[in-house]
Amino acid sequence: MLIRRAPRFTSSEITDPKVYLDRRAFMTGVAALAVGQCAASLAEGAPSAPPAGAALPATRNPKYSIGEPPTKFESATTYNNFYEFGVDKSDPAEHAPKLLKPRPWTVEVGGHVHKPKTFDIDELLRLFPLEERVYALRCVEGWSMVLPWIGFPLGALLKRVEPTNQAKFVEFQTLLDPRQFPAQRGGWLNLASLDWPYVEGLRLDEALHPLTLLTVGMYGQVLPNQNGAPVRVVVPWKYGFKSAKSLVRIRLVGEQPKTTWEKAASHEYGFYSNVNPTVDHPRWSQATERRIGEFRRRKTLMFNGYADEVGQLYAGMDLRKLY
Amino acid sequence: MSRRARIVLKAAVWALCLTPLAQLAWWVWTDDLGPNPIDAVTRWLGNWTMRWLLASLSMTPLRLLFGLSWPITLRRLLGLFAFCYATLHFAVWIVVDHFFDWPTMGADIVKRPYITVGLSALVLLVPLAATSTAGMVKRLGAPTWRRLHRVVYLIGVLAILHFLWLAKVGRVAPYVYGGWLALVLGVRVWAWVRGLVLRYRRRPSATGPVPA
Repeated sequence: MLIRRAPRFTSSEITDPKVYLDRRAFMTGVAALAVGQCAASLAEGAPSAPPAGAALPATRNPKYSIGEPPTKFESATTYNNFYEFGVDKSDPAEHAPKLLKPRPWTVEVGGHVHKPKTFDIDELLRLFPLEERVYALRCVEGWSMVLPWIGFPLGALLKRVEPTNQAKFVEFQTLLDPRQFPAQRGGWLNLASLDWPYVEGLRLDEALHPLTLLTVGMYGQVLPNQNGAPVRVVVPWKYGFKSAKSLVRIRLVGEQPKTTWEKAASHEYGFYSNVNPTVDHPRWSQATERRIGEFRRRKTLMFNGYADEVGQLYAGMDLRKLY
Repeated sequence: MSRRARIVLKAAVWALCLTPLAQLAWWVWTDDLGPNPIDAVTRWLGNWTMRWLLASLSMTPLRLLFGLSWPITLRRLLGLFAFCYATLHFAVWIVVDHFFDWPTMGADIVKRPYITVGLSALVLLVPLAATSTAGMVKRLGAPTWRRLHRVVYLIGVLAILHFLWLAKVGRVAPYVYGGWLALVLGVRVWAWVRGLVLRYRRRPSATGPVPA
């Protein structure tokens, strides 16, 4: 289906981020002048892409890459849902570069495992060979992107810590730090905020699936802050909110974790949240999506196009009930 | 207010109401709408529809609270701009978002409550826009006209619901607009109750002196 033998892309064929950024810098300059000239100071224009981060060499894995061109780097880094920084799409790009400190950083891997360990992020970066994979990412809101992630299969890390037979699920936890995340500060402006820290989860077989990527970079460089630096998980066949960012803890647990979005609105966001055009969100349709950078809508694909790879995980399950 | 002052005021409000459209045109021209331009345009127009609508609804409270009469001269202007922006907001949905995909849009209108109430609000604005002229007030007669235009209160509620039901959990803006609407409707309710109380106090009584 989607993962046929795509034309082989070598790293050199990916457009250099500098090319995206030069045009962006010019447009930003023009836009800045324009905004300054506006009579009433109504909202600013779109924020600009971050400067290029440290390069992260990785080998493209064509087996798990789709043959579609990646979304523009500036779009991928200025249109984000990272509610710790605010609920607007521009909030992460505006605040994360200044506030989030990806070093020092550790990830505690434990729970029902024989060999729990707290890894330093730089240790994690060297633990396994880094792969580049071009994945589709579909947000529950109805838009999507194609992103060249860099990381290694989460399964490799989990096997390293040896889950016991009591481990049935994997729980992910994002950083809790009001100094770095304004929305975690409380106060009346944050009344409608989510229940922090951000928690996500996968069934053990989903976590061990080769597609589940523990991700440390994108577009040939380390993860920009607004994309979940320094380490996140990417689960491409589920809605984007399941791909938790800025992870500090990965725990093997026996009970299905209660995820943050389940707690916020359980009738709208379920544990599985597999991309499914036949199961609508209670308030809007999931049959189509807007691929960022394209004009017309596209039909949403079952499991975001990864049905061949993951369909068997859900055989016999009523996906309308287990949404 | 002098005729000259009225003209200056109206011109200023015209300029104010056109500014968001000018801003939008600028962003389109400079390709500065961000990664999801269709969504950005739809939301910009939607937000300004809400603001002009609530601004129009705020004019009568200014008269009720402070006795000012010039806000009333702006009521129709602001209301018509709300209608204009609402129409553009809807047009973007039809043309640019769905590209005339009538079956999908039809299904959405029926199945998605937030779209149902949004479209209802727009549809209800049409007779108000059509009867907005002084000539129409005369043709309908002031009492009938007033009763018809009270539908704008329902339109306000539908607009708030439209925003509330489409906004993801965690958004504060729908509640802020809701608070604004509650305030402008609340002032009217207060004035109505006060009117009842005053009329009651001034009622002619069979015996005794007329109360103050």
